[in-house]
This record gives sequence, C-alpha cells and structure tokens, in this order.
Amino acid sequence: MKKSIIEVENVVTRFGKNLVHDHISFNVNEGEIFGLLGGSGSGKSTILKEIVMLLRPTAGKITILGKELDTLTLEEAHLLRTRWGMLFQSGALFSPLTVSENIGVTLREYTNLEEDLIQELIRLKIDMVGLPLYAADLYPAQLSGGMKKRAALERALAMDPKLLFLDEPTSGLDPVGAQEFDDLIVRLRDLLGLTIVMITHDLDTIFTIVDRMIVLGDRKIIAQGSLEEIMHSHHPFIDAFFRGVRAQQRKMSVPRSIYGR
Amino acid sequence: MEVQKADLDITKTDTTLRLASKGDWTIATVAPMETLLKNYFKSSQIPSQIIWDFTHGGHFDSAGMMLVIAFEDRFKALGSHVALTGFSQAQSNIYRLLRQNISETKPSVKRTVFPLDLFIHLGERSVKHYRDLLAFFTFLGEATIQLFYYMRHPSSIRYKAIVKYIKSSAIDALGIIALTAFLIGVVIAYQSAVQLEKFGANIFIVDMIGISITRELAPLITAIVVAGRSGSSFTAQLGVMKLTEEIDAMRTMGFEPFRFLVLPRMIALIIAMPLLIFFADMIGIFGGMVVANAQLHISFDSFLEHLQNALDIKHFWVGLFKGPFFAWLIAAVGCFRGLQVSRDTESIGKYTTISVVNAIFLVIACDALFSVILTELDI
Repeated sequence: MKKSIIEVENVVTRFGKNLVHDHISFNVNEGEIFGLLGGSGSGKSTILKEIVMLLRPTAGKITILGKELDTLTLEEAHLLRTRWGMLFQSGALFSPLTVSENIGVTLREYTNLEEDLIQELIRLKIDMVGLPLYAADLYPAQLSGGMKKRAALERALAMDPKLLFLDEPTSGLDPVGAQEFDDLIVRLRDLLGLTIVMITHDLDTIFTIVDRMIVLGDRKIIAQGSLEEIMHSHHPFIDAFFRGVRAQQRKMSVPRSIYGR
Repeated sequence: MEVQKADLDITKTDTTLRLASKGDWTIATVAPMETLLKNYFKSSQIPSQIIWDFTHGGHFDSAGMMLVIAFEDRFKALGSHVALTGFSQAQSNIYRLLRQNISETKPSVKRTVFPLDLFIHLGERSVKHYRDLLAFFTFLGEATIQLFYYMRHPSSIRYKAIVKYIKSSAIDALGIIALTAFLIGVVIAYQSAVQLEKFGANIFIVDMIGISITRELAPLITAIVVAGRSGSSFTAQLGVMKLTEEIDAMRTMGFEPFRFLVLPRMIALIIAMPLLIFFADMIGIFGGMVVANAQLHISFDSFLEHLQNALDIKHFWVGLFKGPFFAWLIAAVGCFRGLQVSRDTESIGKYTTISVVNAIFLVIACDALFSVILTELDI
C-alpha cells in the first residue's frame, strides 16, 4: 500500500457564477509522477493553484503531507511551502537576479549556510539539470526557452523538496528538448525520491513518464488511473485525445517498453 | 505573374441578366467590383434569371469569392434564379470552402435602448467601484497583518530593499523636487509681490512664503511628484511581476509578496517623504527669497531675520506631519493597483494610469481633511 502524499477531497471551485470544479477527489501517492489532463478551461491550472495555496477552493478539503491546507497557521503554511517546488509555465524566474542568484534565493533566505557551501550547492544543481556552467551568471532574459525551464526547475529543487509541481513543463520546447526534459524529470524523481504532479498536454510525456493521471472535464474528473485504465474509459474528450490520429501514430512509433523502468 | 484588373461585364435582356467576371478578383482589386455591383443592384430592376459566367475569370481569393457569394445570396433573396457557370477547379474549390464556412444565421447583437443603457452602465460602474473599494480594504488589512509579522520578527524586515527604495524614490527624485519647489516659491513670491507692493506691505511676503510653503505647498508638491514618479513605478514593477507569474512563484516559495515587495516600498516612502518635504521647504523658501530680493529689494539677511519671527514652528511641523500619510497613501495605491494587473499587457498601462490618478486624488483629499481638522483644532 503506497502512502498518499496529496489528498484532494470533494473540492468545489466557483468563480462568480462559473462552476469550475464540482466535487472532485483524487490522491497522489508517494514517488509517482502524476498527470493533470484536460481541455483548456477544464480547471487543471486552478486545481494546481489550489494545491500550492495560490487559490482557495470554495469548498472541500486538500491535505498535503498530512497537513490540511485550510487549517494551517502562517508558520505551518510557510514550513509546508519550503517542502515543495513549483515550475511555472513561463519559468517565472526573478528577472533582476542572475540564474545563480535565482537558485540561491531560498537557500540564502531560509538557511544559515555559509556562502561557500551555497555556491557549491548551486553549482551542483546547475550540473544536475544539465545547464552549462556559464549560464550561472546570465540573467533570465538572456536564456533560451529551454534553458529558462531548466533554470526554473533548478530553483524549484533548490531546497531539496519532497514534492515538485510542474505546469506544462515541455510546452514551448522542441521535440528533442521536450524528450530531454522528460528524461531529466524521471532521473530526478529516481535520484531524489520526488513526488511529481504535472499539468501536461504533451502526448509523449503522458505515454512515457506519467504513472497515473486524472482527466478533468465537465467540471468533474472524467477518468483517473494509469494510462491503460484511462484508455478503457469512453468519454468524447478521451476518445479525441488518446485515440486521435496523433496519439495512434505515437503509440505505433515508440513502444512504451523502451522507456519502461 | 501579373495581377490583372478585375472587371465585370453586365448585359441585360428582358428576362435574363448575364454577368461575366474577368481578370483577377483579389483583395487588392475587388473593391471597384463591389461598388459596381451595388450600384447596379440599387438602380436596376433585377430579372428573374441570372447567369454569372466565370470562364474568363482569373484568380479568385477569399475576398473576391466572398463578394460573388454575397451577391448570389442577395439575388436569390429577391427570388431570382442564379446560375454560376464556368468555374475552374481552383475557383470552385474556394467557392465550396467559403460556402461551408459561412454560418447560416448571423448572431444578432443585442442592444439596450438609450435611456436604459445609461442605468445599466451606471449600475455596473457602481458595483465595480464598490468591489474595488472592498479589495483595497482587503489589501490594507493584509498589509497590516504582515506589518505585525514584521514587528514580531524584526529579522525578517527587508532593510536592504527599504534602503534601495529610499534611494530610487527619494534620492533620485531630489533634482525634480528641487526644481518644482523652487519654481513654486518663485511663483508664489512673484504673485504676492505685486499685490503687497500696492499696500506697501512688502515685508509680509516673508510670512506669505514661509507659511504657505511649509504648511501646504511643499508637502503637496512633493507628494504629487512622488506619486507621479514612484507610485507609477511601483504599479508597473508589481504589474510586470504579476504578468510573468513571478509573484505566484514567490508565493509558492514562501516569499510573502507583502513582506518582500509591498511593505519595503511603503516603509521606504514613509521614511523618505518627511525628509523630502523638509528639502522642498528649504528650496521653496529660497525661491521666494530670490524673488523678494529682486522685486522688493528685501535682502537675504532681513528676509531670514523676519522669517524667524513670522514663521511659527507649528506650520513647519504640520507640513512634515502630513508626509507619512501621503507616503502611505501613494505606496498603498501604487502596490494595490500593481497587484490588480491581470494577464494581459494592456492592463499594466491601464492600472499605472489609474494608480497615479488615484494617488494624486487621495493625497489632495487627505490634505483637505488635514486642513479642516487642524484649523478647527487651532493648530
């Protein structure tokens, strides 16, 4: 029996008259790569924002690492925030800081580590996500899209979090870059024992690295489970998404076993 | 390939209208055809049989074919029978493509009639302003809570950021504040010099300048300059960070934006504003002094001597006392509007404008309030 790290129970979200989530529940187990899927406007980003405490659900309960988000004190919330990292779609690196300052910002803020050790850690992390060392002194505006994502991933990992949230990690990357990024995510998960929750549209990512997923639609979860389980359900969105031409080609061209762990 | 001019031959018999398209009907050439067809449509009787021939037609793009389709439909609407003949393969492709994509019914735009829409508009605006006000109070509440956090954890205060904002919004503003304060001093002195000279009350220019500058004008001018410079930059800075998700990123990393972005700016302005007002006092009085010397021949020495008697120290303190309040209003509005920026680029400009307008208005309103209260209290 796997330990569940995130539990979402009966979450309802409403913006004015617009009902986004109507009693959705799911949980994420330790060590898995969990996908949030769904068409645009289905509320994937919203539920992710609710999990990382950027938004508050209208009703329902979200428990992370055994803490119920609604009842946290400021200090507890802060402690929880230091145990996860989030990669935003556009990177969201702090533009007045260099890459290495971006990565070091949490270390300098929350720890009493010596500057030497911080520098050492930053170099290590830069190496780990596959950025060239010279990138450390560049500003975010000077980086390419792929490098930005890597730098942002690095910043998310700076505090050695248990949990990693990714918002469309491979969007805007070319197919080679996307695949490298996928590999990187799997490698980091295995090395660091991360639990990863990601929003993704990328079929390659879904077919190769996602362990379990939920598909949001019509304000509900229309399917959840592993890829095989999802494929067995029959909803128009799932039909279009997983049995469309691109998905069929995808399945034929690269057998899943190549990436199997 | 040379683009040929579009042309249309119209021949009419009793029962049949023959149209023949010639040349290329493209977005660049089709406009005269539209006029031609429209005029014909208006001026003549449309026969029941229409044959539109495309044999000599060249290239048709979507604009050209759209025109054909539009008039085909108009002829049909009059009950005429329309036959389109001589389509080439390319022409028929574009014809079918457009036909497939034309929606059957155009959505009718619902419009409210004149007197009613006034009320609807008024209502919507009122609700919007009311919500804005509530959101502003929420913002102030949040800022206050975080201020208490600062007090309980003095080590979490961002001293570096505070110093940085004091530099950027006060020290860097010294030049422009000196210039405006000097000019205000000159203007006030000049205007009063003319009047006072008539009564031979030259020396009272000192009272005039001393009190009006220190009590009212220096604080107000300083606040307006700061609102224009720093209020707008606060909004723009926070707005861009909101746009690039940097503020969300900070939140997920446990960097509370109020503690890291809003409060340092507020505190910096609150510290800097009284200092700036003091500076503006000096320069403004100096400006008045220069004019008094030139126009009324009051020497600097006698001006300063008389100033010591004429200017009650309370006027000076009242001016300085207003500083922190103005500063707080400017910083609060600037940051609040910055955090309101939504995810489109237009909104940064919009909220920056609103922020400056709001800040200047609030400063003046606050000044009026002080004026009334302090005068009633005989201060």
